[in-house]
Amino acid sequence: MEIVNRPHVANFIRWSADKPKVLVLTADLTNSCEVGAWRDTYPERYFSLGMAEQNLMGFAAGLAREGFEPFVHTFAVFIYRRPFDQLAMSIAYPNLPVRLMAFLPGVTTPGGVTHQAIEDVALMRATPNMTVLETGDATEVESVLDVAHAVDGPVYVRFLRGRVPRLFPASEPMVLGRARLLHEGDDVTVLTAGITTEEAMRAVPALSDAGVQATHLHVSTHKPFDDPTVLAALKRAKRGVVTLENHVITGGLGSAVAELMAEHALGTPLVRLGLRDVYAHGASQAYLMREYGLDAMSLVRAVERVTGSETGLSEQDLASVRIEPVHSLAKAEAL
Amino acid sequence: MEGEGMPTRTSATAEPLERVAQRIRKRVFEHVMRNGGGYLSQACSSAELFAALYGRIMKLGPSTAPMMPLPFAGSPGPGNPNYVSGGAYNGPAEPDLDRFIFSPAHYALVLYAALIEFGRLAPEALEEFNRDGSTVEMIGAEHSPGVETTTGSLAQAISQAGGIALGRRLKGERGRVWVLMSDGEFQEGQVWEAVQALVHHRIDNLAVFADINGQQVDGTTDEVMAIGSLAAKLQAFGARVVEVDGHDIEALAAPAEAEPDGRPLFVLAYTDPVRGIPLLGERAPHLHYLRFSSDEERERYQRACDAFDEEA
Repeated sequence: MEIVNRPHVANFIRWSADKPKVLVLTADLTNSCEVGAWRDTYPERYFSLGMAEQNLMGFAAGLAREGFEPFVHTFAVFIYRRPFDQLAMSIAYPNLPVRLMAFLPGVTTPGGVTHQAIEDVALMRATPNMTVLETGDATEVESVLDVAHAVDGPVYVRFLRGRVPRLFPASEPMVLGRARLLHEGDDVTVLTAGITTEEAMRAVPALSDAGVQATHLHVSTHKPFDDPTVLAALKRAKRGVVTLENHVITGGLGSAVAELMAEHALGTPLVRLGLRDVYAHGASQAYLMREYGLDAMSLVRAVERVTGSETGLSEQDLASVRIEPVHSLAKAEAL
Repeated sequence: MEGEGMPTRTSATAEPLERVAQRIRKRVFEHVMRNGGGYLSQACSSAELFAALYGRIMKLGPSTAPMMPLPFAGSPGPGNPNYVSGGAYNGPAEPDLDRFIFSPAHYALVLYAALIEFGRLAPEALEEFNRDGSTVEMIGAEHSPGVETTTGSLAQAISQAGGIALGRRLKGERGRVWVLMSDGEFQEGQVWEAVQALVHHRIDNLAVFADINGQQVDGTTDEVMAIGSLAAKLQAFGARVVEVDGHDIEALAAPAEAEPDGRPLFVLAYTDPVRGIPLLGERAPHLHYLRFSSDEERERYQRACDAFDEEA
């Protein structure tokens, strides 16, 4: 598996070159959000608003009203949690094209409870006019810019930084409202988003070898959640559905899937994996994913609960699974 | 009153602005009596502010909106192309024209009355006030006449106006951005975040006119949460501050004539929350919203309204 170091840095500079209306607004986390080099490249389009996020949201709104496309770069918690009223009233209500690049989703940071965005998808899904996206690898970090840019309204993006795996070929960019079909099988359907997809990519082939055939979808658009690929995959599952998200199980991917299943009267069991009405704490991503049941082994155990039979799989079996970039099985022309 | 969007300068503008301010007060008072209560004190304190802004300070084009406001056409969104900005009542957004950003949305009735006096809104529009399905809302949002941004959650306007002013500077526009605020808003932390950002980024094409009436919902600002000397605080932040008698049109207009000097301008207009309607003083310090507790009280206010002399 290829690991890309800080894919946003050069990609965003290149992408912005022919888009003079694109601005960057920051809140004292410029290098932490990988836009230090962007600032040095386009100093006249970069605005430091300091540690003052309520005001930042208003400035972004005003600039958007004047025809600019502000890309707010800060940690997710300082976008949706601290200035939620400003986000809702100054940006979302008027449907302004502000791009909210939300870093450190879920347990990706050892920064602890204050820095871990664990209920952001729930709040942003509930916010009218908001489009909600999540990046799961380097290809999506690169291609989410075009997706957000094309949306007539505000966009919230769960963003990955630092060393990011490339799970999907660069030739297959993120598409709005289109999940990636990564594996096919009729027993269970597994839906993941963000960093949990890599975990499922370890578990699903091992499950297959153990005789449990899974359909695996990677979701990058949380809202709108109207992808026919998702509904088809939910209908296909004979034994049950498992969701795995880097978020509380209330209001995020698991809830969206539950709503869809209920609305279509799909009577299959659903297991939602994620943080269970609890805050996390400061520790490594791997440690927290294991502690809170967000890892590959937790997914295997959930599938066993759904199917009612043990697979015999162990940690060692999963660790030896080699992950290569996977071409999506769902080609646009096949839908 | 034609609805063709090109109101000629009305008789109001030929009148002394002091008299226009009194007519704004009178119109609000009459509406509040018809309505059986409402936001009256805000008209007492801010009538001259509105008269000075619309009659002297702001360079606005003619309204591009209908004299009779259209019904509410749904909230803004990708599926709604019919949403009309209330900012159209302040004329088109053009490089050399000014913009008005209205912060204390609870003053909406005073704003509507001012728009009527300046020929931008039909007097009959007040019959739509707070009526179901109307855009002439009690606490205005950005579809309400004269309202460009949604600011009923107070203190958000100054930040939005800061972004608009910065955007206009980036585009090389010459028009300015005028913000009307109330003093209670300065209790919100966001205002001070905004002031430091305006100073830091040297945004001087923006000016705030603040109605310092010393009143908020629970009582006086001194009782609820003392804001102290706004002049000293703002100056310490690096803003340009002018203190004026908020009922003196000439004093209100003078700071707007000064050449911008790199600092955001704050005009602190000290006002009387019962100006023109001394009877209201008996309710002090609870002036935010006039609600009658007896027929006798209502009749006393009706007599005061009937006797209100717009020449005074």
